Order: sequence, then structure tokens, then C-alpha cells
Amino acid sequence: MSEVLRVVDLHVSYRTRGIGSRPRSVIHGVDLAVQAGETLALVGESGSGKSTIGNAILGLVPIESGSVLIDGTDVAGLSRRGRREMSRTVQAIFQNPYGSLNPWITVGQTLAEPLKVAGRSRAEIADRLRWLLERVRLPQDALDRYPSEFSGGQRQRIAIARAIALEPRLVVCDEPTSALDVLTQAAVLRLLRELQDDLGIAYLFITHDLAIVREFAARVGVLRSGEIVESGDAEEVCDAPRHPYTRQLVAAAPVPDPVLQRVRRAARLAGGGEVDADS
Amino acid sequence: MLRLIARRVLLSIPLLVAVTAITFFLQSLIPGDPARSLLGGSATQEQLDALRQTLHLDQPVLIQYRDYLAGVLHGDLGRSIFTGEDVGQTLANRLPVSLSLIIGGTVVALLIGILLGVLSATRGRAVARFVDVFSLVGGALPNFWVGLILASFFAVTLLLLPATGYVPFEFSPSLWASSLILPVAALSLSGIATIAKVVRDGISTAMTQDFIRTLRAAGVPRRVLIWRHALRNSAVSLVTVVGVIFVASLSGTILVENVFVLPGLGSLAVTATSRQDIPVIQGVALAFTIVTIVVNLLVDVSYGLLNPKVRTR
Amino acid sequence: MTVTQIVDTRVRGGRLGTNALAIVALAFVVLVAIAVALAPVISPYGYNDQDLARFLEWPSADHLLGTDSLGRDILTRLLWGGQPTLLGVLVAVLTFVVVGVLLGIVAGTLGGWVDALISGIADILMSLPGVVLIFAVLAIFDQDLTPAMITLGFLGSGSLVRVVRATVLGVRGELFVSAAIVSGLGSVRLMARHILPAVVGPVVIQASLFAGAALAVQSGLGFLGLGVHPPLPTWGSMVGEAAANLAKAPWLLVVSGGIITLVSLALALIGDGLRDVDAARRRSDRGRAPIAARTSRADGGTPPEPSDAVLRVQDLEISFGDSPPVAVVRGVSFEVQPGEILGLVGESGSGKTVTTLATLGLLPGNAAITAGRILIGQDDVTELDDRGFAGIRGRRTGLISQEPMVALDPLFTVGSQLLEVLKYASDVPASQRRARAMQLLSLVHLPDPEAVMRRFPHELSGGMAQRVVIATALAGDPELLIADEPTTALDVTVQAGILDLLRELRRERGLAVLFVTHDLAVVADICDRVIVMEKGVIVESGLVDDLFADPREPYTRELIASTPRLVDGR
Repeated sequence: MSEVLRVVDLHVSYRTRGIGSRPRSVIHGVDLAVQAGETLALVGESGSGKSTIGNAILGLVPIESGSVLIDGTDVAGLSRRGRREMSRTVQAIFQNPYGSLNPWITVGQTLAEPLKVAGRSRAEIADRLRWLLERVRLPQDALDRYPSEFSGGQRQRIAIARAIALEPRLVVCDEPTSALDVLTQAAVLRLLRELQDDLGIAYLFITHDLAIVREFAARVGVLRSGEIVESGDAEEVCDAPRHPYTRQLVAAAPVPDPVLQRVRRAARLAGGGEVDADS
Repeated sequence: MLRLIARRVLLSIPLLVAVTAITFFLQSLIPGDPARSLLGGSATQEQLDALRQTLHLDQPVLIQYRDYLAGVLHGDLGRSIFTGEDVGQTLANRLPVSLSLIIGGTVVALLIGILLGVLSATRGRAVARFVDVFSLVGGALPNFWVGLILASFFAVTLLLLPATGYVPFEFSPSLWASSLILPVAALSLSGIATIAKVVRDGISTAMTQDFIRTLRAAGVPRRVLIWRHALRNSAVSLVTVVGVIFVASLSGTILVENVFVLPGLGSLAVTATSRQDIPVIQGVALAFTIVTIVVNLLVDVSYGLLNPKVRTR
Repeated sequence: MTVTQIVDTRVRGGRLGTNALAIVALAFVVLVAIAVALAPVISPYGYNDQDLARFLEWPSADHLLGTDSLGRDILTRLLWGGQPTLLGVLVAVLTFVVVGVLLGIVAGTLGGWVDALISGIADILMSLPGVVLIFAVLAIFDQDLTPAMITLGFLGSGSLVRVVRATVLGVRGELFVSAAIVSGLGSVRLMARHILPAVVGPVVIQASLFAGAALAVQSGLGFLGLGVHPPLPTWGSMVGEAAANLAKAPWLLVVSGGIITLVSLALALIGDGLRDVDAARRRSDRGRAPIAARTSRADGGTPPEPSDAVLRVQDLEISFGDSPPVAVVRGVSFEVQPGEILGLVGESGSGKTVTTLATLGLLPGNAAITAGRILIGQDDVTELDDRGFAGIRGRRTGLISQEPMVALDPLFTVGSQLLEVLKYASDVPASQRRARAMQLLSLVHLPDPEAVMRRFPHELSGGMAQRVVIATALAGDPELLIADEPTTALDVTVQAGILDLLRELRRERGLAVLFVTHDLAVVADICDRVIVMEKGVIVESGLVDDLFADPREPYTRELIASTPRLVDGR
């Protein structure tokens, strides 16, 4: 199995506003690797830096140090133009399906954009758009409509279609279902898995929800304050967490089964007492 | 907060330099010989030389500017080309007139504007519609025209108030006040319109916020929500608007002073402009700039006082 | 310069007729501009044709708008006077747009020190005493208006620079721009496709508002006799001439000022109309028809049966809009018993939140209860207004909402908000309110209540803020807490803490909770009973254990099956 993504000792800092203020380090020394066709989940609470890692891989925030190898090419030192070449290999789906589609252009225009950049002909693009809509199960007349005419779940399907337009090897999914209802979430996750099986796409799946990790990902990295504290097989990490922080996360997450949840709650309260009020 | 003030103070230095430099260097752009164009074709050589010396025109322009700045720092703004009066002294004599007008106009705009704004946010659609129309029309009416109409009605037709002239406060407070009523009314109209609208929108927006719902659900009565929470929250944006209104009144007062023949900075600026009396224009520009800087500083401070996020930083 | 035209005041959206008015206004401005441009052709007289025998005349067939003090035709002079006036406005607006758009886009795109420099320049431009500088320019260029109007446009552009810069920055922060960058778009195409279209709207709005301001300045100058070259009039100079004949011919003042006012009013209307269109475009599909009067209710009128329930909802129907009203909640009935935690679960659009808001009389203005009733204890609150809810809100019911960070007034400390609520919602005497407030903060397990009292909401974490909100809700010692997705915005560890707190409050104070959520795992953790809602109706309800063990409705089954599991189920 070949490796599509390898991140080595990644550091990212944000410049804070104002003169004389020092940059704030948000990611300090993260390593991870994604194999072709697999799903690696990055799980963490707010402020853990999970989205920052995704944005650094996508070239949306500058990398301070370390290397990000996409299909063997280190993108950390690439020029803008070189970075743009990578768009054939790596794509993204973002959390908010309401913000990720330009409301002023039609769905067809949005979907055609990456294809035009890649220099496809008019006929090729038309063919491809038809194929994309079929793949994500949207009606063909969607092309001439605007994002505002679609529901959240449908918009996320459009975003998925845009991401797979060039058949990338890796898609960074940044909380792709957290704004969706549970039934829609299940459908979107099914669609993502199906595309992975058919097209061999690898996912870097960023989420705050351990339950989704366990159901959807093969492997997981648990992130806390810009560092990975535990990683391994997704089921193993969820069922038998080793790091105290992971254990805390697992214990705090409720399960949709009142009887089982009562047992888990009792165990949590007996173990660690209440969670700190100011956490 | 301190950083905000520091930024404002730092910005005021290039601002002052810009204003003095613009007015100063522009005069070197006057086509031909400034002294001759000022004195006219019939001037004698001695007159021309004398004027050149008064204006330091015999020296390179940068030196002139340096000398001028040095003078300004010592409070010497030069002399009027026409009357020979000291510009600083003239400004000092006329500033109270303009300030009474502008401060009066802003205060009136604030009082009436807030009242109208709150009423229209709380008293149903008819009042809201009225404030809408009032804001639109009030903003579109040229203040000098309003002034003329007020003068023709209250002063010429009804003979209630003086149409022109100014009485110093020290001379008679009541006459001072009655000489200001019409000018202040003309000057404050667009401010009232703006403030009413800002307050109305501010309160309507605030009333839909989550925190209002929290307090409402916890049993805090509506009048407290409006006057304490919604108004205070819209005050943050109102302060900025009041600053803008005040600065705009500086321009407005020029016209209003001319309508009502008030001896303020505005009428001085107009006379000086028609006579190309450059030192006087420079002086007025400088005075207006300083007033603007002070107002913006006050706005920043009160913005900080109203907004804990800025204050506690 | 009038302030309304500078300050960006927002118009209330959805005003019917604004756009029709704006179109009329636009037509008017275009008509005036054409007439003025054709002045040499269509004027009935020459602008300086004097007829000293017929001075200061009222309108007549010969002189449609009367004559001035030299017997010149007013209509002719208005047409000719419009030329320098409107030309001046045009020059100023063009300068304004060119400078503002260029600097704004450069600042918003390049960022860094370029942005800092341009923003500084914009700030300086906005602080300059504009009209006085224009005077200086007029004096120096010997009353030539063109440089003066260029100066006006330049000085005014500071506000446009800010608007354009903010728009560019806003759009660049949008996810769709990130997505386009990831798609490999170059900066030129990104600018043309995604950023410039967003800038056009605000620029056109600002330009039309600035045109009004420029007209005011231009005519003001003319009124003062500056930049006027007699006998060629400007609109402003005609007001000046009218002022000189104020007592003899007030009519002149009406005509000359009237045209300025009408054009300036039209420009403001155009600006307002454009803003409404722009706002509607941004809002896209979220709007709904406003206001519905409470229509007659199909209420049986039977007196409520006595019951211990703290909340009873009977056959509730809630509708939005009024032509015709659309029911979003239909036939909903349930009860909350003392000390019970009842879950109300459903997806977005199920009507769960609207139902909760209705129980507290907090429905938005465009929604109304159209049937059924709501009883808190023995009191029918269905038709109560704000005043009627006094004594109920706070004292008998409390509310916790979804976003704790915006649920507290950012301008007041935690302490002052708690004291305020205690003042209105409890009988605690003034002298003891402080002690009681601190007691409430300890009750929700906030460490160091003394320090928390002094903090502002932005100095709290999400979990702490939610605890403060709970303390606020408990101030009036209510028997029912309504919790609308109280943990959805929180991290999972913080969520666990809040749920523990609610359980403890129920255990120790006998508090009943109506818990609204979309998350079945949370329901399983905290609720005793649960109601499942779908599209405005209740599809299933029952004890939590029973419902999860044996869901009867396919919808419920699907919901449970679709909820991701951290632990393998049975």
C-alpha cells in the first residue's frame, strides 16, 4: 500500500495582531501518515488544533517548520504555483455546507471550476459534471440552480462532488457532518465510504466525535493542544484508550443506549468525579 | 484601550503634518507670481517685495514650510494678508461661536435622535414608518436651505427670533440662546435623522439577541431590557456615529454661519477663500483638524469605556 | 455634507415598496440628468436673457417656474445650472470610486504592512476637515471647481476604502474561497470569479450615497458663491440669489432648494433600494413573511383539569406568516411532571425549538399560537403578553439556550446581571442579593464566586458561561427549567459536566427539565421520558428505556440506528 500523505514534525504558529506581540504556536511537532484508500481520523476538542493541521496540509495556513509530503512531494517549501499543481492530488470538504459554496454562482459553475483549472475541454467537463451528479445522487437539473435552493445535506453532496471532480488521492474532510442532522450525517458518511471503495480515495477525517471515528475511520490520532497524545487502530483506541486524556474523552461521550449509558456514567463518576467546572 | 488611544495619537501627527503640508504646498501651485496675483496688476515693486517678505516667498518652499511649522509650534499662525490681523487671535475670537453651534447641534441631535429612535423601536409600525421617512428627508435636505426656510418663517414672517447675528454668552445668555436656536435647528436636522435611525436599528437588533432572551426568560421586564441592555448595546455603535456627526457639523457650520451671518470660523473661511487669504485658510484648517483629533480621541475613549472587551485588554 | 449619507445605516429588510420607490428615484435622476445635458437645446430662453420689466414673477405660461430679480427665466437657469452642479458631482463620484476601490482591494488582498499603511491613510482621510481643504483648493486654483471636486472625491474615499477592504477580507475568509484555492484557482481567476462580484454591490451603494453628499457640498459651495462664474448659474448659487430676495419672493427659494432636495432624496432612495437588494441577495433563502396577528384559536374552552404537572401543552398548533399562515407545529400535547427530565428530540425543522419558545411566550414576531393551549402549573399562558408573563418567567420557569457565549449581555459583569435578575424575579431583599448571587454561583459549581461576579462574559469559557446562565435561570427559584440544546455548542467533556449538574439540581431541588436536543446519545444519558418529533408532530413518546429498547415507529428506529455508537450495541 502506498502512502499518500506523510506529515513529519509539523509546526504551525499564528501571528497575533499588534506590534511586538509574538506568534502563538498552535501545532508543535505533529507526525502522521495516511495510506492510499484508508481513513485516518484526527479527533480533538475545540482549540486542539485539528482544523489547523488540515489547513496546513491544504496550504491555507503557512507551515512554520516540518514537512508535509503529499504523494512524495514536500509541499512545505512549494511556491504558489507548485502548490496549485497539488490540487489534482489533494482536495477538501469543509464543515459548513452553507459557507463552502459561493452563493452567487450556479452549482454547475462551482463544479466546473477545478476542471477548467485542470484544462479540460468543454465536452469533457460536461460529461464529467453529469457523472459527478450521478455519483453523489443529485438530480441533473442541479447544475443550473443556486446553492440556496438546496438543503444542508444536498449542499454537502455538492461539496463532495467538487472535491472528487479531479479524482484526487486524498480528501481532507474537516468536520464534514457536524452541521448536519443525524439521518443526513449517516447518508453523507455512507456516500463517502462508497466513494472510497470505488475510487480508492484516502480521507484525513477531522472531527470532535469519537463515535464517528469508531464507526468510520480505520486509524485515529487523538489531538490535544497541538500534539498527538495517542494514535492507533480506531476501534482499539476507542475501546481501550491508554492515554488519560483519551480515557477522559471516551468516558465523557454518551452512547445512545440508556441502560449501558447508566453503567458508563456510574463508572465515570466513580473514577474521576465530576469534570472540572472551568474546563 | 491604551493601544487604541496610542494609535489615535500617533495617527494625529501625520494628520497635522498632512493638513499643514497640503494647505502650504498647494499655495506654491498658484500659477504665476502669488504676490502679484494677490495684489493685482497695479501693485508697485515695493509693495510686491514687502508682501513676498511677509509671506517668506523669497525663500525656498521647504524652508518656508519649516519656518511656518516652527511658528505654529510657538502659537504663531502668521497674519492675514488683507487685514493684517494675527490669525491665531482671529481664530480664538471666532472659535466660541462655531463651537457653541456645533456642540449645541450635536447635543440636540443626540437628545431628539435617541428619543425618536427608542420610540420607533418600541411603539409599533406607524412611529417606525414616520422615523423612516423623517430620516430619509432629514438626511436629504441641504442644511443651508433649511436654515433659509427657518429664517424666512420664524424670523421674517413671524418675527419671533433673530434672522441673523450673534450675541456673546457673556453679554446676555438669553439673547445668546435665542440667536442660536435657528442655526442649531438647521445644523442638527441631519444628525437627528441619522441618530434616530442608528438607535432604532441598534435596539431592534439587540432585542433579537440571545442575551436579551436569556434575561427576558429570567423575568427581567421589557422596559429594563430596552433602556438598560438594548440601548447600552447600541450605544457602542452610536458613539462612533456621534463622532462622525460632530466632524460633519464642522463642514455644516460653514454654511449655516453664512446663512445666519454668525461671526464664526465658517464665515471666516468663506471670506478668506474668496480673497485667497492663504494664512487664514491655513489657520482655519488647522483649527478644524485639531477639533477633529480631539473629538476622535473622545470617541475612542468612550468607545473603550462602553465596551469591556476593549477596556479590559 | 449630510451625515446620513456617509454613515452606513441599515435599512430594515423586507420593506415592501422600497424597490419600486428606488426605481422611480432612479428614473427621476436619469430624467433630470438628460434634461440638464440637453439644456442648450431645450431651454426656452438663454440663461442670461434679462427682462427687467418682468422680475421676480410667479410661474406663468411664459415662465413656467417664474423669473428672478433680473427677469431671467428660472426654468432655463435650473437647466443650465444643473450642468456645473451634476458635472461636479460626477467628477467627485468618479474620483471616490477609483481611489476607494483601488486602495480597498490592494489593502484587503495584500494585507501586512500595505494594509496597515492604507488603513492609516483611510483613517486620516476620514479625519480631515474636508470642506476647509476644499476651500483651500478653491482659493489656490482660483475658484476652479474641477480640482475642488476631485479633492472632495479623494477625501471622501476613506470610507469606501474601509468598506471595500472589509468586504474583500470578509469574502476571503469564506469557506468557498478556501475551497476554490484548494481547487487550484490562481489569484487572478479567484479575484475575478469570487471576490470582485462581492465588492460590486457595496461600491454601488456607497457611490450613490456619496453622490448625495457631493451634491450637498457642491451646492453648498455654490450657495457661498465659491466656484461660481456668473452669469452662468449653479443650483447652489440660485439658492444664494433666492436668499437675497427672501422677503420679496420666497418662491425662488422653494424652486432652487427643491431641485437639490429632490435629487438628493432620489440618490438616498436609490442607495436604500440597492442595499435592500444586496441584503436580500446575501440572506438568500432565510427570509420569511413578517408578522402574524394572533388569529382566533380553535379552543374548546374547557377548564383545565387539576394536575400536578408543572407544564401542560395541549393540542398545540403554531403557525408562521399570515397569508396564509403555515402551521409548523400541529396537535402537540405533553406534560412535564415535577422533578422529571423530559426529552424533546427531533431533527432541524421538527418544530421542537418553536414549541419550547411558545411555552415561554418567546415566539418570534412572525409566529403565533393558532390552536391549543399551554398551562404552567394551573395558569393558562397561551395568550399572555410580556406583562402577563411577569411572575411566571424567572419565578416558575427558567431558560438555558444553545450558545452560552452569546447568552449573556457582553457589556455587563456576571454579578450585575445576576443581581438584576434577582431584583426582578425574586423576593430576596436588596441587602441580601449579593450573598444570594454568590450562593447561586457556588450552586452551579463555579469556583471562586467572588471573582466570577466581577468578570465579563468574554472572560468566561463556554462551560463556565453555561453555568452562569443556569445560575441566572435559577435565580427566581423556578420549578421548571427549559433547556434548548444546552450542550450542543460545548466540548464533550464540558457537556458531561453540565449534564451532571442538571441531574444534581433535579435530585436536590426537585427541578423539572424540558430538555430539547437532536442528540439521542444525550437523551439516553439524561432523560427519564422522551418525545420524538418529526415535521411538527409527535411521532412517538415513552420512557427512555422502553423507547430505546423497543422503538415502535420506523422513524424512531432509523434515528437510533443512525446515531454513531462509541460502544457496540446489543
